[in-house]
Amino acid sequence: MAIEARNISKRFGDYLALDDVSVLVPEGSLTALLGPSGSGKSTLLRVIAGLEVPDAGTVLIEGEDVTRRPARTREVGFVFQHYAAFKHMTVADNVAFGMTVRKRPKDQVRARVSELLELVGLAHLGKRYPSQLSGGQRQRMALARALAVEPRVLLLDEPFGALDARVREELRAWLRRLHDEVHVTTIFVTHDQEEAMEIAEQIVVVNEGRIEQSASPAQIYDQPATPFVMSFVGPVTRVGDRLVRPHDVQVLTEPGESGEEAVVTRIARLGFEVRLELLPPEGEPLTAQLSRTEFEQLEVTEGQIVQIRVDPTGVTKEPVSS
Amino acid sequence: MKLVSPARRDAPSSRSPSATLLLRSVALGYLAALLVVPVGMVFYRAFEKGFGTAWDAVTTPPAQHAFFLTITVALIAVPANAIFGVLTAWVLAHYDFRGKRLLDVLIDLPFAVSPVVVGLALILVWGRDGWFPSTDVIFSTPGIVLATIFVSLPFVVREVLPVLEEEGTDQEQAAATLGARGWQVFWRITLPTIRWGLTYGVILSTARAIGEFGAVAVVSGKIQGRTETLTLYVEDRFQSLDLTGAYAAGVVLALLGVTVLAIMTLLQRRHGRI
Repeated sequence: MAIEARNISKRFGDYLALDDVSVLVPEGSLTALLGPSGSGKSTLLRVIAGLEVPDAGTVLIEGEDVTRRPARTREVGFVFQHYAAFKHMTVADNVAFGMTVRKRPKDQVRARVSELLELVGLAHLGKRYPSQLSGGQRQRMALARALAVEPRVLLLDEPFGALDARVREELRAWLRRLHDEVHVTTIFVTHDQEEAMEIAEQIVVVNEGRIEQSASPAQIYDQPATPFVMSFVGPVTRVGDRLVRPHDVQVLTEPGESGEEAVVTRIARLGFEVRLELLPPEGEPLTAQLSRTEFEQLEVTEGQIVQIRVDPTGVTKEPVSS
Repeated sequence: MKLVSPARRDAPSSRSPSATLLLRSVALGYLAALLVVPVGMVFYRAFEKGFGTAWDAVTTPPAQHAFFLTITVALIAVPANAIFGVLTAWVLAHYDFRGKRLLDVLIDLPFAVSPVVVGLALILVWGRDGWFPSTDVIFSTPGIVLATIFVSLPFVVREVLPVLEEEGTDQEQAAATLGARGWQVFWRITLPTIRWGLTYGVILSTARAIGEFGAVAVVSGKIQGRTETLTLYVEDRFQSLDLTGAYAAGVVLALLGVTVLAIMTLLQRRHGRI
């Protein structure tokens, strides 16, 4: 294991940020720490980096206990949400920082800086100052700076959180490609489940200072371990006493079929997807998600009474309620 | 004054030329009456009997001594305030601790308390009947330095602290993860970040240190040629009815102040902060 956190606890005053948390991150993987804000995911990342000292627990990097080591000697690359650019230095000097504080030979530093700027697509901007860059460029500079010291692990704290939606999408894809190129073990923190699903190989879902589940994106979605995971990583609706994904709700118009009756209260056409809001005679309203083709074949209208049932095949495995 | 024309009323930010002229005249007239004229008078009176007379008045041994004492005191007090000011601001910006708010308020105490009280307080501590009776502090240079440090203490903290608070600790933490040691983080990241705040703090501190009168008057004993700073010397000449000497020394003080102000203005222009 490249990174192992064992039984980490961390308290800030009365607030328990991490409650006996353990995480394993395989060598060379791209792992997402996914959770709502205030769940403790950033704290866990900062504990691994050495920016916070845990109250209890052990952090191992490549099998070595680093819990008592300062951030400086842990050989981690850390990228902050708000870039943490050194504003008084040029882009090239920012990237060179880790090497200059280690007093590496100048020509070696220069060669590595230009190589990294090339890698992150900022080769032509080395002489600029961070204030002259866009948010996306600043974050790529921060990544190059973190990679410059050849870290054993790369830790990204909501790296795209401060960027606008379009740039965020671009950078996600770019980070995925970069990871395939450099292969450094990477953990990134995000509250965006789509972002986690799209780039991570392993997702660790964190909630209220605890780990809810740690698995591949597909498993997280299809076999959520807890109701929290199920509702956090995708839409859910309640059918009777079951929690299901809206696309697992089947809507049938032909009479006599086994199912529960419900009234169609609203139809929302969202391009490819059509969402039906349904109200069973007894019970709570629920949502069904259909493709446009399915919807057109059904020919339902608002106010119509339909049969609903949960798709028995390919259904999301229901979590055991805790 | 003309009435505002209807067309002008649509643009509330732009006033009629005559109103602008009036406002400008009031502001400038106020400044002239209260600042320029009195200071100008000092210059005029100093050089009334010719440049030579004024020069002779400020080059007497007691005048020279006062000049160099003032510079010496500033050279000790200002670096001391710069170092402790940065340290205090750094601690306030980086740590939460019991009594932090109290410390924050205490820093402004020198602004709030009259310098004369500061002088008296120092005598209560170091004087003959004080807690630590010492003949080397009161009526001597160390006492003057202490009084000057006290009155000019808040400037550096007040200029540096907001910069540190605004910048946060991300850059310092980033530097640490990149392998920088504590002092490398300070020299390469923290100090460059606060350099302008520190510069302004030092300049304001210097101006205050040079100009301090009340606190220094109490602790120094005003012994001519020994503990008389430039401000005390001006008063001494005035009381002795040596008006040329008083005005000439006043000009030296004013020039020191103006120089400090000019440096500050130049730096602000370069830094684009006006």
